[in-house]
Amino acid sequence: MKSVARSGLARSTLVRSLILVAIVGLILLAVSAFIGDYRNTQLATGAYFFAALAGLTVLAGLSGKISLGHGALMAVGAYAVALLVGNEHWPLAAALAAGTVAAMIIGIPIGAAATRLHGPYLAGLTLAFAVGLPALADTYPSTFGGENGLTINPPTAPSWLGANFSFEHWEAWVACLGALIVLFVLYNLIHSGIGRSMRAARDDEIAAALCGLRVGPTHTLAFVVSAGCAGLGGGLLAVVNELAQPGAFPLALSLSLLTGVVLGGLGSLAGAVWGAALLVFLPSWTTDLGHAFSLSNQVAFNLPLAIYGIVLIVAMLAWPSGIQGGVRAIAGLVRSRFAARSQPAEVAPESQG
Amino acid sequence: MTKFIDLTLSGISDGAIYAAVALALVLIWRATRVVNFAQGAMLMITTFIASAVINSTGSYVIGLVVALITGFVFGALVERVLIRPVEGGPPLNAVIVTLGLYSILVAAAGMIWGNTPRAFPAAFSLRGYKVGGTTLLFTPNDTFIVLVVLLVAAVLALLFRFTPLGLQMRAAAFAPEVARLLGTRVGRMFTIGWAFAAVVGSLAGVLVAPEVFLGPNSFDPILISGFVAAVLGGLDSPPGAVVGGILLGLALSYVSGYWQSALVPLVAFVILLGVLMVRPTGLFSAARERRV
Repeated sequence: MKSVARSGLARSTLVRSLILVAIVGLILLAVSAFIGDYRNTQLATGAYFFAALAGLTVLAGLSGKISLGHGALMAVGAYAVALLVGNEHWPLAAALAAGTVAAMIIGIPIGAAATRLHGPYLAGLTLAFAVGLPALADTYPSTFGGENGLTINPPTAPSWLGANFSFEHWEAWVACLGALIVLFVLYNLIHSGIGRSMRAARDDEIAAALCGLRVGPTHTLAFVVSAGCAGLGGGLLAVVNELAQPGAFPLALSLSLLTGVVLGGLGSLAGAVWGAALLVFLPSWTTDLGHAFSLSNQVAFNLPLAIYGIVLIVAMLAWPSGIQGGVRAIAGLVRSRFAARSQPAEVAPESQG
Repeated sequence: MTKFIDLTLSGISDGAIYAAVALALVLIWRATRVVNFAQGAMLMITTFIASAVINSTGSYVIGLVVALITGFVFGALVERVLIRPVEGGPPLNAVIVTLGLYSILVAAAGMIWGNTPRAFPAAFSLRGYKVGGTTLLFTPNDTFIVLVVLLVAAVLALLFRFTPLGLQMRAAAFAPEVARLLGTRVGRMFTIGWAFAAVVGSLAGVLVAPEVFLGPNSFDPILISGFVAAVLGGLDSPPGAVVGGILLGLALSYVSGYWQSALVPLVAFVILLGVLMVRPTGLFSAARERRV
């Protein structure tokens, strides 16, 4: 193990990220082959949430900024994909790329403002964005389809996969591929020189500027990359749900993303997996719970939002580093036990919490 | 021309509401350096309580008073239980706690009262004044709103300037250590600041509810507008909040009258973006150095 880590090949971030993506990809491929259509849709849902959450958590971890507007940025990606696939008949991959770019372009002015704003100012600005944007769909119903939104046809699997290959299975593949691309890009960003400049700008803007870093563009870049991840996540959401409608992007979506990120631990890519799992399973659990205890629809429908709120408060008051932080603390404890016996412990925390 | 006058008048009455919410945010910001993103949800809850009281007693005044009292208790409780542990910590933690509170309150209101907005009675007639044959868009209720908000702003200004309590609150906000050494109970001042803010918020909720209807998410745009108004005024100054509220009310009223009413929250966002790009600490704030 040690000798591998020391060799030049594995020290290259690019190689390590490719190995990571390949392993995760193979696992996802195997999992999606063994589960049914319903579970595949859940897998696809988790994949698009992961894309958005990973972008949000890297923003929080690398530049110390929080965005409440990522739900609205997902809407930008979703509507772009729905318009391009539905009206212009673009191929799916091109439309998803365009959705990503659209969200990045919208992210530029917000990111530029974000470089100068601290804490609650940025939170308020992005909150205003999240509340304001869905109104566009109602204002221009001929373009955006009003309350009903835009529907798109489910993507068809290529014929070489066989006639029995369900479209849910194919959607899971598409969404997981998107999530893997996000993982690849963000992993390399975190471990690159740009990622280090972002952390330097986060920790002390003035010191970083004195060292010759261009603090403003660095912060803006972090926000724009993060917005692109949310746009791709939103585009995949439109593909998986076959629909882009304003009701899918309420303020509650942005808050649930925030909950996922806080629960997973701010800045942790692995934590984004926990967050995505929460966002996928919590609504179906609460629906089941509602049936089991014969709660009224009114209660069951609002239960996830209440749980998100409780998680946010409890996490901040009791456990600010999230699940992944807890896992890391336990792992660190175990590792230092072993290391204490053989040699001095390595002080190289992977995280940017 | 009539349309312009109409829009100006309704902009002033909307602006009074924004000013009230902005005042609530500014009171809390001054006391604890926290932006209370749960303000909209807190005033939603007290307005629902007012609605229940008005329905059962038939008296608007009793409903209003109950809303203000529950607001006072609610604000103090929230500060003491949820905000105290994150005060002075990283600003993000306080932001996340208030957003968590927002989620819980909105969900709770949905569970108890349902997600469909309902009507709320107005204090005075909602029929516009008649001037020389034309009916203005300004109603007796709007007069009531503007007067009440101006009264509240004046009372707050007098409180901060001329009473021992106001002096202690200012001292606790601007120099907590010194104030504590001189015998001010700083924690209690923070609690009182939150309680006053929640009272002002509850008042704004009852005043605006006839217009926006009463539902769990009805007050989200009001909170956004209140925040924009508070930032316009520098987030630190109560008079700034009132001026910011009126200015924003006028701007948004013209937007909704001459363009699209659904775009109002988005335009509020654009105004906020513009203001923060030019002056990140608000239009009326004094310059301040940042610690290295």
